[in-house]
Amino acid sequence: MKPEYKIIASLVDQSTRVLDVGCDDGTLMELLKKNQYVDIRGIDISKEKVQICISKGLTVIEGNAEFDLKQFPNNSFDYVILGRTLQAFINPEIVIKELLRVGRKAIVTIPNFGHWRVRLNLLTKGTMPVTKTLPNAWYNTPNLHMCTIKDFFNFSKAMNFKIFKSLGLNNKDVSNINSDNLFFKNLFSELGIFLIEN
Amino acid sequence: MNIDENIKTLIVKKPLKLDCGQTINNFPLAYETYGSLNKNKDNAILVCHALTGDQFITGLNPITKKEGWWSYAVGPNKSIDTNKYFVMCVNVIGGCMGSFGPSHINPETKKKYATDFPVITINDIVNAQQNLLDYFGIKKLFSVVGGSMGGMQVLQFVSNFPERTKTAVPIACTSSHSAQNIAFNELGRQAITADHNWLEGKYSSNNTVPDKGLAVARMAAHITYLSKKGLQEKFGRNLQERDHLKFGFDADFQIESYLRYQGSVFVDRFDANSYLYITRAMDYFDLVKQYNGNLSDAFKNTKAKFFIISFTSDWLYPTQENKDIVIALNAIGADVGFVEIESDKGHDSFLLDVPDFLKALKNFLDKSYIE
Repeated sequence: MKPEYKIIASLVDQSTRVLDVGCDDGTLMELLKKNQYVDIRGIDISKEKVQICISKGLTVIEGNAEFDLKQFPNNSFDYVILGRTLQAFINPEIVIKELLRVGRKAIVTIPNFGHWRVRLNLLTKGTMPVTKTLPNAWYNTPNLHMCTIKDFFNFSKAMNFKIFKSLGLNNKDVSNINSDNLFFKNLFSELGIFLIEN
Repeated sequence: MNIDENIKTLIVKKPLKLDCGQTINNFPLAYETYGSLNKNKDNAILVCHALTGDQFITGLNPITKKEGWWSYAVGPNKSIDTNKYFVMCVNVIGGCMGSFGPSHINPETKKKYATDFPVITINDIVNAQQNLLDYFGIKKLFSVVGGSMGGMQVLQFVSNFPERTKTAVPIACTSSHSAQNIAFNELGRQAITADHNWLEGKYSSNNTVPDKGLAVARMAAHITYLSKKGLQEKFGRNLQERDHLKFGFDADFQIESYLRYQGSVFVDRFDANSYLYITRAMDYFDLVKQYNGNLSDAFKNTKAKFFIISFTSDWLYPTQENKDIVIALNAIGADVGFVEIESDKGHDSFLLDVPDFLKALKNFLDKSYIE
């Protein structure tokens, strides 16, 4: 199980309606169903992953979040979750807008390109960084729009959405991120976890 | 085909008002069941058959002496597990395997109805088969499942009887029959009615059958059930029992021979007038129009859990038409899952040994059953 799943679960209120965008093999969906008693739906682009979810009894549709979120009415979910994939969309701007239209709140996680190891990698080797959270080479990575935790803060201002809660994850350590510690958290967090709202 | 001792029949006494305005009563519904109904009567699955299917889903069909049309999917430990579920299937009205259809005798004329049989719709078919649930005392099905025209019946069933099923699995179907599909059906009907043995439908009084026309209808339809890639891989330009072209109009190519064979075996088991009536029912199917342009309204009263399945190479009922149903369901927050199965076998994929499909169907049903 990915380390952030328990943190995401802690951000979700009980007995709510949740959509997991890019739900993968449904591990997070199962956790949320068990712990938070949520009514949960998933969407994933991979046929294999959808099959796995079906074998777990989860309600999942095969689809591409870039185009297929438009079928969901406004505020049809309490939370929409987007884990580690915002950077992989052709147009993250539109995807974020869609998440916040479909859900009252959204939980977004991003692999942090501002982490010191990433920066050092590029600085010393002079090649595109390959790390634990960014395992692919530049020519086969699905990531089109890498960003840092600081970028995401700026993004929220530009796009005019509120960051309710922001957490940094480094190994298994979770910490709050605020404007005072942003410089350091952007340097030492591998993953940023954001609870956002319009 | 006449009523046979191998055919179970329920005579429906309750009058049924058809969409065309006529009312029918005391009509036969031929059906078959597999597995056994449990004490709580909550393990029943209604399977709806497609255009040329019948109630004999699996095992040996006692009339045609061939394997049932859904033997891959239905049976002990299969996707629709007859060890677990009580599986029912009803021959559609208008059909030719015992249910009320054009080859039945009209008591007024003492002759077969033929084209005097009323034009029926998917709605009529579903309203008729609902009587079997009452007969078995089943208040709520565990599931209603069907592919192609069977899928249309699934959608109509949930819309007509929103509380009578826990789950619904429409496969490779549509909510509104497309112009392309109406066109192919019309081609088939024209082939039948152009056969000089058709005799305005009254062929049985002359002891003939429009077998040439019906065979051509089947051949044309059969092509639409496959895919270009599937055909190319299976037949290519292979020659039929010969090394060289014969410079004539015999079946030089394997694909020609295959289609001719498909046509010839079909006429032995299917009634030409039934083919006209059932294709018409498909063409008239438009659940979107029935709900004034808003498909979501068809499902707004149901709590059923849906699982929709399409196939990549199905160009007759393409993924997008199946997805439109998913979209309509998501628009009202219904519980709907969807998967498009990778297959080169075209529309026929749902009838064939396509492991990903059979696995998905089994997993959905078995997981939903224990919930």
